[in-house]
Amino acid sequence: MTRLSLFNVVSLTFGFVFLYVPMLILVIYSFNKSKLVTVWAGFSTKWYSELLANDAFLDAAWVTVKVAVLSSSIATVLGTMAAYVLVRGGRFFGRTLFSGMIYAPLVMPEVITGLSLLLLFIGMGLDRGVLTIVLAHTTFSMCFVSVVVSSRLMTFDNSLEEAALDLGASPLDAFRLVTLPIIAPAVISGWLLAFTLSLDDLVIASFTSGPSATTLPMKIWSSVRLGVSPEINALSTILIAMVTIGVVAASLASKQAALRAKRDEQKAARMT
Amino acid sequence: MGQLDKNDRRAAGPMKRAILIAMPYTWLLALFLIPFAVVFKISLSDIELSIPPYTPTMKDGLWNMLSRLDFENFVFLTQDDLYWKAYVSSLRIALISTVLTLVVGYPIAYAMARAPEQWRPTLLMLVILPFWTSFLIRVYAWIGILSNEGFLNKFLLWIGLINEPLTILNTNAAVFIGIVYTYLPFMILPIYSALDRLDGSLIEAAEDLGCSRIKAFWLITIPLSRNGIIAGCFLVFIPALGEFVIPSLLGGSGTLMIGKVLFEEFFSNRDWPVASAVAVVLLLILIIPIVLFQRNEQKQAEADT
Amino acid sequence: MVDSVFAPWDDSDQKPLIRFRNVTKRFGDFTAIDNLTLDIFAQEFFALLGPSGCGKTTMMRMLAGFENPTKGAIELAGQDIAGVPPNKRAVNMMFQSYALFPHLTVQDNIAFGLRRESRDSNFISERVSEMLKLTRLEKFARRKPHQISGGQRQRVALARSLAKAPKLLLLDEPLGALDAKLREATQFELMDIQEKTGTTFVIVTHDQEEAMTVASRVAVMDEGRIMQVATPEKIYEAPNSVYVADFIGDVNIIPGTAKAAGPDHYEIDWAEGREPLHAISKKDFAEGQSCHLAIRPEKVAIHAEHPAADNAVLGKVLDIAYLGNLSTYHVQLPTGEIIKAQVANTRRVSRRDYTWEDQVWVSWTKTTGVLLDQ
Repeated sequence: MTRLSLFNVVSLTFGFVFLYVPMLILVIYSFNKSKLVTVWAGFSTKWYSELLANDAFLDAAWVTVKVAVLSSSIATVLGTMAAYVLVRGGRFFGRTLFSGMIYAPLVMPEVITGLSLLLLFIGMGLDRGVLTIVLAHTTFSMCFVSVVVSSRLMTFDNSLEEAALDLGASPLDAFRLVTLPIIAPAVISGWLLAFTLSLDDLVIASFTSGPSATTLPMKIWSSVRLGVSPEINALSTILIAMVTIGVVAASLASKQAALRAKRDEQKAARMT
Repeated sequence: MGQLDKNDRRAAGPMKRAILIAMPYTWLLALFLIPFAVVFKISLSDIELSIPPYTPTMKDGLWNMLSRLDFENFVFLTQDDLYWKAYVSSLRIALISTVLTLVVGYPIAYAMARAPEQWRPTLLMLVILPFWTSFLIRVYAWIGILSNEGFLNKFLLWIGLINEPLTILNTNAAVFIGIVYTYLPFMILPIYSALDRLDGSLIEAAEDLGCSRIKAFWLITIPLSRNGIIAGCFLVFIPALGEFVIPSLLGGSGTLMIGKVLFEEFFSNRDWPVASAVAVVLLLILIIPIVLFQRNEQKQAEADT
Repeated sequence: MVDSVFAPWDDSDQKPLIRFRNVTKRFGDFTAIDNLTLDIFAQEFFALLGPSGCGKTTMMRMLAGFENPTKGAIELAGQDIAGVPPNKRAVNMMFQSYALFPHLTVQDNIAFGLRRESRDSNFISERVSEMLKLTRLEKFARRKPHQISGGQRQRVALARSLAKAPKLLLLDEPLGALDAKLREATQFELMDIQEKTGTTFVIVTHDQEEAMTVASRVAVMDEGRIMQVATPEKIYEAPNSVYVADFIGDVNIIPGTAKAAGPDHYEIDWAEGREPLHAISKKDFAEGQSCHLAIRPEKVAIHAEHPAADNAVLGKVLDIAYLGNLSTYHVQLPTGEIIKAQVANTRRVSRRDYTWEDQVWVSWTKTTGVLLDQ
């Protein structure tokens, strides 16, 4: 049991305070009756009710969720394929280009991806709207999914797939019945990652959306350019709460699963 | 066990494999690579008051189009101060921010790696949680903190450290804070993972051989966590270079960053050819770090197997 | 009526189950298998033995279908199986890491192969029960792999690979992960199961004791080539090369030159001015041909005085390795060579006849040594 030195404790405390205080401030001020940040006028939930009555925001939220679900689902399928190809595909024509295309979007500035996709859509004569945003989000999300899934595939014991083949399963069956169930947690993480990225994206959506499709980040952007807005504080608090619940729940669930697995293994070891 | 025709047996496998490779490949070619080609082509075009607002287009005929393309826009970029200043400024800001993020992030990652085993999952969760929270919202939060009437100034005035509110918002300083804040998890996680893999007995061996704590840190820990540091720096530097949201929300009119310039050229000035040229140059600047980043990742992956 | 000895390789009427014919396998520049020809017969318990990198695992994977030969042909029951994918072969494999599907129960693991054949569910459940009984795993049918011990996982792997009653079962270092006591018991269990089910087993191992215990025939491999294929007794008593003699068990090798001294009788000049050694060998050696005399330590006797024996050499006890039931005396000859003599400890150690630095004679008969040319 290592004890932490004072320096380390201070680092951790400072680090987490730095990370969380800004969000905490947002949450606190979302309940501020006054519009201004400077004055605390008392506790109130009126900004929440104003937010929930704001049709524009609700529409934008709906569009955003639609786009996120669609793009992350397609991205997960394509990304898993890409991961499988990269890890198990061996050599094939154009492999370097392929892996370059998979890893580049991870670090590519969004203005460039957004601009290039918009120009493509215009060149193709595609009307911009939900479809184009979905196409755009799928493209960059797919790369993140691929990274997550391929890192799991690399530690995946290949002999399990070979055993399945040896026992008579076709390669597709082996993937479906053995590999996929085992890497499922990674695939799900990939989906969640793609979902979050899509939900959160401003720049690419700005480039590739059309008059009919405004996403929530775009709405937030047009509000915050003019300064602090208490409705946005309320919205932020809701989003932060959702994410917190999600992350804590996932964390607890995985802890439980790990504990259970450990207990099972200890029980097994005690047997002959 | 029936005897399949040898050709049948050989054909079935590779065909399926080809489809598996082709699907993501074609998608990426169509929606990632080709758009870049389009950007390049438009960067060679001229602005025009039409829809689309550039000329020539495919409608003019392929050969005609190709003959009318030129590097005029690129020349323009070198002539107008704004652009190359913005490039240089972006490089400077991205570099400084990366270093700052490293300085802030390393001690946190180190402390996490030294923490007792049972705390680690919780600490990891605490670092990852901001990562899952909306980036836009987290940057927005700083507006309320850094403005003249904002939280930070009020706090500093209250404890008497200053007499007048500091102007932080709408300056480069705010951009640094914004970048460090937003990209901190990207720096912490690779460094933590490298430190976690570090064999603690190496430090003990160094101390046994006469190294002081601090010396052991410099001579052993830092070099061995090098890969994590490099990965973290790339993960901050490259996107920070093209950042748009942070300089727009937190920076001032004096904050020149190329992502902002590109966005404004495109949406405000509607000069798509010039915006494309800006994008092409930014991409060229980024190719070297991106290739280096990929090489590093590949080395890491090979070392792990 | 005497039981006929199981030796189909001696019977010219028997057709082999597996034939490797001039098989070569290359990975880039590296030749893993070099022009190998081998016959394996049905119902054999065949061992591929050799150090890591000798190619034994590659041979197994070629049989399973995970690799294809670069040159040459592999036949299973008379049919060329090159190009047949692993899921279409009547061959099953027991993996070194067991490769149990962690998300399936023990019985689902065992049933996996049967389900791929789309048999009816009655047949499948009956067969699974049969396998569970055979490997004594009935109590663990519903457990998952991480809920059972290492030895039990090994049995699940075995049951799963036998479930489809394959013509050929490949075992990749199956006992490596087990501790010594369990390993011994499992070796005999494997032999029992092999006999009971009548399956042909091909086992890959680097443990020569294991190969000698379980196998009906052993193939000793080195660098992609088979050095010798024979029954364990022949391999031990009549190795065909210094490599094989040295690989299996302990051996003394004395190099020298051969001189004919009678029918099948050779004299070996091994050192200047020393009495030549005598050996009986069916192999022909030319006058003055260089050769190696191989003698197993347990065949070397140790004496205080010069014994009346075919071969006797004087030396000094350099070292004694005490193994509880045996002692191995390392006797250094005046020429510098060391001969190992292994003697059962019929008396307590304190009452030992010989000790360090003693001058002793070591001897062996002319029939117990093997004269090798390479």
